[in-house]
Amino acid sequence: MEKSINIKVKVWRQAGPKVKGMFETYELNNISTDASFLEMIDILNEQLVKEHKEPVAFDHDCREGICGMCSLYINGHPHGPDQEVTTCQLHMRKFHDGQVITIEPWRSRAFPIIKDLMVDRNAYDKIIQAGGYVSVNTGGIPDANAIPIPKPKADEAMDAASCIGCGACAAACKNGSAMLFVAAKVSQLALLPQGQVERAARAKAMVAKMDELGFGNCTNTGACAAECPKSVSLIHIARLNREYLGAKFKD
Amino acid sequence: MWLINSSIGRKFVMSITGLALVLFLLFHGTMNFVAILSPESYNAICHLLGANWYALVATVGLAVLVILHFTFASVLTWQNYKARGKERYSVSESYDEVSFASRNMFVLGVIIIGFMVLHLYNFWFKMQFVEIVHKMGGDFGDISLATDGAYYIRLLFANPVYCVLYLIWLGAIWYHLNHGVWSSLQTLGLSNSVWFKRIKCIGKVVATIVVLLFVSVVVYFGAEAIMNGTTAYVW
Amino acid sequence: MNDTIKIENGVFTVPVPDGQLSEKWTNYKSHQKLVNPANKRRLDVIVVGTGLAGASAAASLGELGFNVLNFCIQDSPRRAHSIAAQGGINAAKNYQNDGDSVYRLFYDTIKGGDYRAREANVYRLAEVANDIIDQCVAQGVPFAREYGGLLDNRSFGGAQVSRTFYAKGQTGQQLLLGAYSALSRQVHKGSVKLYHRYEMLDVVLVKDKNGIERARGIIARNLVTGKLERFFAHAVVIATGGYGNVFFLSTNAMASNGSAAVQCYRKGAFFANPCFAQIHPTCIPVHGDYQSKLTLMSESLRNDGRIWVPKKKEDAEALRAGKLKPTQIKDEDRDFYLERRYPAFGNLVPRDVASRAAKERCDAGFGVNNTGLAVFLDFKYAIERLGRDAVEARYGNLFQMYEKIVDENPYETPMMIFPAIHYTMGGIWVDYELQTSIKGLFAIGEANFSDHGANRLGASALMQGLADGYFVLPYTIQNYLADQIQEPRLSTELPEFVKAEQDIKDKITRLLNIKGKRSVDSLHKELGQVMWDNVGMARTEASLKEALVRIKEIKKEFWNNVYIPGDSASMNVELEKALRLADFLDVGYLMALDGLNRNESCGGHFREEYQTEEGEALRHDDKYSYAACWQYRGEDQDPELFKEDLTYEFTVRAQRNYKS
Repeated sequence: MEKSINIKVKVWRQAGPKVKGMFETYELNNISTDASFLEMIDILNEQLVKEHKEPVAFDHDCREGICGMCSLYINGHPHGPDQEVTTCQLHMRKFHDGQVITIEPWRSRAFPIIKDLMVDRNAYDKIIQAGGYVSVNTGGIPDANAIPIPKPKADEAMDAASCIGCGACAAACKNGSAMLFVAAKVSQLALLPQGQVERAARAKAMVAKMDELGFGNCTNTGACAAECPKSVSLIHIARLNREYLGAKFKD
Repeated sequence: MWLINSSIGRKFVMSITGLALVLFLLFHGTMNFVAILSPESYNAICHLLGANWYALVATVGLAVLVILHFTFASVLTWQNYKARGKERYSVSESYDEVSFASRNMFVLGVIIIGFMVLHLYNFWFKMQFVEIVHKMGGDFGDISLATDGAYYIRLLFANPVYCVLYLIWLGAIWYHLNHGVWSSLQTLGLSNSVWFKRIKCIGKVVATIVVLLFVSVVVYFGAEAIMNGTTAYVW
Repeated sequence: MNDTIKIENGVFTVPVPDGQLSEKWTNYKSHQKLVNPANKRRLDVIVVGTGLAGASAAASLGELGFNVLNFCIQDSPRRAHSIAAQGGINAAKNYQNDGDSVYRLFYDTIKGGDYRAREANVYRLAEVANDIIDQCVAQGVPFAREYGGLLDNRSFGGAQVSRTFYAKGQTGQQLLLGAYSALSRQVHKGSVKLYHRYEMLDVVLVKDKNGIERARGIIARNLVTGKLERFFAHAVVIATGGYGNVFFLSTNAMASNGSAAVQCYRKGAFFANPCFAQIHPTCIPVHGDYQSKLTLMSESLRNDGRIWVPKKKEDAEALRAGKLKPTQIKDEDRDFYLERRYPAFGNLVPRDVASRAAKERCDAGFGVNNTGLAVFLDFKYAIERLGRDAVEARYGNLFQMYEKIVDENPYETPMMIFPAIHYTMGGIWVDYELQTSIKGLFAIGEANFSDHGANRLGASALMQGLADGYFVLPYTIQNYLADQIQEPRLSTELPEFVKAEQDIKDKITRLLNIKGKRSVDSLHKELGQVMWDNVGMARTEASLKEALVRIKEIKKEFWNNVYIPGDSASMNVELEKALRLADFLDVGYLMALDGLNRNESCGGHFREEYQTEEGEALRHDDKYSYAACWQYRGEDQDPELFKEDLTYEFTVRAQRNYKS
C-alpha cells in the first residue's frame, strides 16, 4: 500500500569532468513509496530549483527500463538494491523511513564523469563500432525465412541481445571490466548463422577495443551478472572467451 | 604477443598456470596422504623426487608456473585497480552470487605465497635443496635425513603452532581454489548454460579434495603427537 | 517552397507516380535521378535523430557513400525512444498462410487510419515492409521463431491476420539495435560522423542562385559544453520523433520533444494534422502528481488478456474503496465490454476504439483503481487455457515490469490499465518523396505527418520508421541531391548561419533573464493537464476553445515567470527543458487549433459532437478529406491553413466497422 517516507539523500556533486567532487546531503520529506527513484530525484531537483540552486544532473530517458540511459550507484549497487531492474524501475518502497541513501555516479576509468551523476559511456559505442555488427548493406538480402534458426539458439541469442548498454556491468565490477557487455554482443552474433562469417574477426576487434579503452580484466567475480538489470548471464562471457581463444589459436 | 597484450590472453595464462598448479597440488596431496598410510612408501617417493634431473626439471617448471601466475596476477590486479578510476565508491555492497573468494583472489594469493615460503623452508630447504648442494660438492644440512620426508612431517606437526598455521594456509588455498578452478574453466570457455553450474560444482569438489588431502596429514600427525605426548615446539 | 506544391484557393494535391497502386513505387524508382558514386562523396547530409528512422537512414546513406552528419540528443544512438516499442513490427509476408498480402496490409493501414492518409504512400509502406524483415534478420535481429526454425508471428489490433514479427516484448529494442549496429559500422568506416549529446535548435535556410530557399544546415547545441555550433549540409533530414510529451505525462521518453519539428514549422514548413494524436489503451494508470511518465504495456497483451470492468456499479465502488478484490468478482459479474461491443475483433479492436471504450466505461462510473480511472486486463483465462508457462514465455518480461512498478503479481490478480498518450500521427508535412514544403528539408519516421492517417495500428510505427529510413528516403533524397552536385560546401560564416545562431542566443538570454518564480516542470505539468482535459481522448468545440485560451495564458506565464538556474555556457538541463517547453506550447496550441478546425471525428481525433448513435467516430469525408497543413505566419497571429486534398482512387471509404 502507498505511504510516505522521509529520507536523506547523500548525492555526489561534481561541476565538471576535471573539478573535484564531493557529497552533499539533502533532506526529503513525504516521498510516496509508489514514486520511482528518479521521480524522487525530480522532486529533489524541483526543491533545489525553488531554492535557486543548481539541480542535480543525472542521465535518464525512457523511464521504463529499456533505453539504458539511467545509471546511478545507489547504496552500493548499480541501479540500486533491487535485482533485474534499472534505476528508473526502482521504487521508493524499497527504502524505509529515515534511511540515508547514498547516490554515486558510475565510477570507472573508461566512464569519465561529465557532471554530478552523469558519466560518459561513449566507450561502449566505440566497442560496438569496432565490430559489433554483421556487415550487410541495406537491400539485396535473401528472404528472412531462407535460413531456419533452431528456436533454442534464437532464444539464447535474444537473451544475450537484451543487453541495454547501461554500463552497470563495468560499474559493478571491482576490476572495471566490460566483459559482460562485449560478451553479450559477441555471443548474440556468434549464435546466429548471419554472424558466422565475421565471427573470429568480430571477437578479436571488440576485445582489442575494450582493452584499448582502459577497461579492466575479468576475474569472473560475477558481480556484473548479479547487478545486470537484464540478467545477461555469465555463460556469454565463457562464449566470448571461447570465441576469442579459438580465433587467436587459429591465427 | 596476445597472451600479454590482451585481457583474455592474460587471463588465459592465469588459467593455464593455475590449472597446472592445481594438478600439482593434487599430486602433492595424494603423495602426502601416503605418509599416513605408509611412511616408508612416502619416503620412497621422496627419494624418487630427490635431486634427479627429472625432479629438478619439474621443480624449475613449478617455480616458473608460480612466478608466472603471481606476476600476471600482480599485473592484472594493478591494471584492474587503475581501471576502477581515481575516485572509489564510498558505499559498496555485493549480492550473494558474488563469492568472498572471487573478490579477494589476490589477497588470498599473497597469503598463500607467504605461507609457501615458510613451507619451502620447512621441507624443500631441508630435503631437495640439501641434496642439490651435496651433489654440487657442497656441505649443507643433514644429508642422511634429506629423503626422510616422514621424519620432517612428524617433527613439524608435533608443533601445534605449525598445525594451526598450516590449517590457516590450507583454508586460504580452499577459498582460492574454490573460485580459481571454475574461474579458469570459465576463462577457457568451457562453460555454457548446462555446464555453468556443473563447473562451479567441480571447482568446489576439486578444491575440497585437494585441501582435505593436505588437512588429513596435518590433523593425523598433529593428533598423533598429542596422543603420544610428543608435542614439541621445534622451529 | 517545394515546387511540387501548387496551391489554388488554399487547396492542393500532391503529385504521385503514375500507374496502378502496385506499380507506382517501381515506376518512381525506375525514373528517378541518381547520384553517381564520385559525386556522393561530395554531398553532405545532416540526419537529426538516431531512432529507427534516423539511424537506418544515416546508415543507409553512409553505405551509399554520402557524407553523413548524424545528431543524437542522448549519449548514444542506442537510447532513442524507438527502443521502447514492445510488441512488434508488421509485414505482409504471409508466412502463416492466413491470407495476408501487400494489398491487405495497405488496406488495413489505410482503414485503421480512418482514411486520412495518402494512398500511394501507404501502399509503398506496405510494399517495402517485407524487405524490412529480411534486412533485420540479416543484421542478426533475434526475432522469435517456431520450433521448426522459421519466424513466428502474432496478431495485433486492427488486423484479422497474424503478421506481426516480434522479439519477446522488446521488438523495438532489437530493431533499433540492428539499425544502431548498421550505423556503428558506418561510423567506424568514417562515412557517418556522429554527434551525441547534441540538440538541434534551428534549421538554416539559404537561397540558391534562383532565389529558392533551401535547407542548408542546422544550429545545434552541444549539451555538455553548452556551445552553439553551426553545421552545413546539402540536405537536412529530420527524424526526431513525435511531440506526445506536450501532454507532460505520456509514454514518450523524457527527452522526446517536438522542437525540431517546430523549428522547421517556424521556418515555413507545413505542420500537418497536429490534432491526430494516439492514445494507447494499455498503459499503467496514473498514481500520483509526482509522476513523470506513463509506462506502456504492450498491445500484444490484448492477444491473450481479456479486458473487463465490473457489471455492477456497487462492485466498482467496492473495488475503488479497496473493500473488494478483483479476483472475488464472478465471471458473470464481469463486463467484457470490448467483446460485447465488437464481437468480430473483440479485445483486438484498434487502439483509438479500445481507448475510447475504456474512457466510456470509466465515465459511466465502472472504473476501478482508487482513482476510478482504470480497467482490468485479465490473464486468468489465458493461464487456464494455455498454462502459466506459456503465458510467461510470451509476456514474462512485461509481467515482471508491471510487478516492479505496481507491486502486484499479474499472474494472480488482473492488471490495471488506462489509456495514455503514446504516438502522434501528425507532424511535419511531406510529399511522396518525404520532402517537406521546404526544399532540401526531409522528414521521416514519426516526425513526419506519416502514413498512418488519423490513427496508427499497432506494430506499424516500427514498420514506418524503418521503411522511411532504409528503403524510401535513400532513394528519394537522391532525386533531390542529383541537382545539387554543383553546389559547393557553403561556409557556416554565411549571414544566414550567423543570424540563426544569434536568434537562438537572444532567445536563451531572454529565458535566462526572466528569473521568475516557476519551474519549467510545473509549467509543463500545467500545459499537460490542459491538453489531457481539453485536447485528449474526447474533444468538444468548447474544450478546444478553452484550450486555446489556457495555452496562451500558460505561454505568457512561461515567458514572464519561469526560473532557470545556471548559465548557457555549460550543461544546463533546466535550460534544455525550457527551450523544449517553449516549443511544446506552440505544438499544443496547434493541436487545439487543428482539432477545432476539424469538425468531424476520425481516428485519434474524437469530437463528441460528431459520433454515431452507438458512440462511434463519425467522419465527414465530404468536408474533411484532407490533410490540414498549417503554415507559420509570425508570433502574433494564427497560422494559415492549407489543405492537401486526399483522393481515394483505389479504395472505397467506409465507416470503420470492427463489429462484424
